Amino acid sequence: MQSLDVQLRSATTTASPQARGAGQPVAKLIDISKCIGCKACQVACMQWNDLRDDIGTTVGVYDNPVDLTDQSWTVMRFAEVQRADGNLDWLIRKDGCMHCEDPGCLKACPAPGAIVKYSNGIVDFISENCIGCGYCIAGCPFNIPRISKKDNKAYKCTLCSDRVAVGLEPACVKTCPTGAIMFGTKDDMVARGVKRVNDLKERGLQKAALYDPAGVGGTHVMYVLQHGDTPEAYSGLPADPKISPWVSLWKGVTKPLLSIGIGLAILGGFMHYVTRGPKEAHDEGDKA
Amino acid sequence: MSVAMKSGDVPRYTANERVNHWAVALLFILLAASGLAFFHPAFYFLSWLLGGGPWARILHPFIGVLMFLLFLFMILRYWNDNKIQAYDREWGKHMADFINNRDAALPPIDKYNIGQKQFFWVQATCMFLLIASGVVLWRPYFAALFPIPLIRIAAVVHAAAGFVLIIAVIVHVYAAIWVKGTIRAMVRGTVTHAWARHHHPLWYRRITGNTK
Repeated sequence: MQSLDVQLRSATTTASPQARGAGQPVAKLIDISKCIGCKACQVACMQWNDLRDDIGTTVGVYDNPVDLTDQSWTVMRFAEVQRADGNLDWLIRKDGCMHCEDPGCLKACPAPGAIVKYSNGIVDFISENCIGCGYCIAGCPFNIPRISKKDNKAYKCTLCSDRVAVGLEPACVKTCPTGAIMFGTKDDMVARGVKRVNDLKERGLQKAALYDPAGVGGTHVMYVLQHGDTPEAYSGLPADPKISPWVSLWKGVTKPLLSIGIGLAILGGFMHYVTRGPKEAHDEGDKA
Repeated sequence: MSVAMKSGDVPRYTANERVNHWAVALLFILLAASGLAFFHPAFYFLSWLLGGGPWARILHPFIGVLMFLLFLFMILRYWNDNKIQAYDREWGKHMADFINNRDAALPPIDKYNIGQKQFFWVQATCMFLLIASGVVLWRPYFAALFPIPLIRIAAVVHAAAGFVLIIAVIVHVYAAIWVKGTIRAMVRGTVTHAWARHHHPLWYRRITGNTK
């Protein structure tokens, strides 16, 4: 299945093969100002990936399913937000993996090769290596991975890495009837996003912005937000996502430092023995 | 109180105590191996001790609960023996002498020295931190009940407490190897009179009634 070059591999301390050079980074651009909330992308995702979530229940809003699951790798989140001028904004965000340039899930994952980042920027779960510990959930700044109750493996959007590898666009992009979801090189998508943001500004949306958060090194899924000053209004899109300092501490300096500490403790004991010798309890009459 | 000593040895641990200790010790080895496997890829091969990554992930928490429960018995058994006394602090001032095998200067102490007592309290603390943070991390059963920011903190606490426990056990095992005549206390249950008199004179007097 995998025909993309791996750039980063979870729980691996040596470099990945690099002879073929860095791939052209790709990105998906989701223009929220063009989204009509039809959920065709949800259906296309299910159809291409052969996913079938359980029938849910209606909770009084359009959100259905109400959350990402191991079978729903993308969901539309509908937010009704009252503007300062009293008018209503209906903000519809296609939620799913953001494919971070600096992926927190990959950083947290303890299973070698269970999470990879391809040279084109796609972050993918290689589920047969997954051990089901859920560390990726703790590592993710966007609360995306979900563990299946059937097989205890973590799942999320693959950015259709299997389609992209053979030159196809992701299924959601293919199906979007309004062209709100676009796919191409990261550079092209940024250029397109910036252009659209400028269009929106000309049309009165002064705070429109491209969402490509620097805190995670940029993302390979970007949004055009009509109200770029309040990303949280879009069903809690984080304004400044970054890998939690707790995760950085846990998976950063701690790992080599504590490992060396354990080695030094054993070595220290051994060296103490060979320099100071054993402690003997002497029999009656011996001194000390 | 005088103790009958068939073999001329001093009893230190009963059979129940020894079984309890070694059950905890064996479970600790499985937990340390699988825990290190999750901690650093350099140790990932240790997960095979429990049957590979997914099995290690499945078994580690259950083994952890078992070790915690068995260790609770040890806490109850040894709580009083490990209260740090004035003579322990006095003994502690001679730590450099102790480490360099200059034992003549050491003041008399009871069943455990201050290092052993500190080991006991460090272990007890780590066990509670590990079980509390471990439940927060436990998938698929409990982790989903906790907010993600708490899970992140629990991961750091679990790693730190596990590290301290592993280091403490390394010191504990080394001390048993270093101080000759110690391992048999936990294997055979007895120590020699010389050993007891030398390392734990107050304890020796207390259980043998021998004031020499």
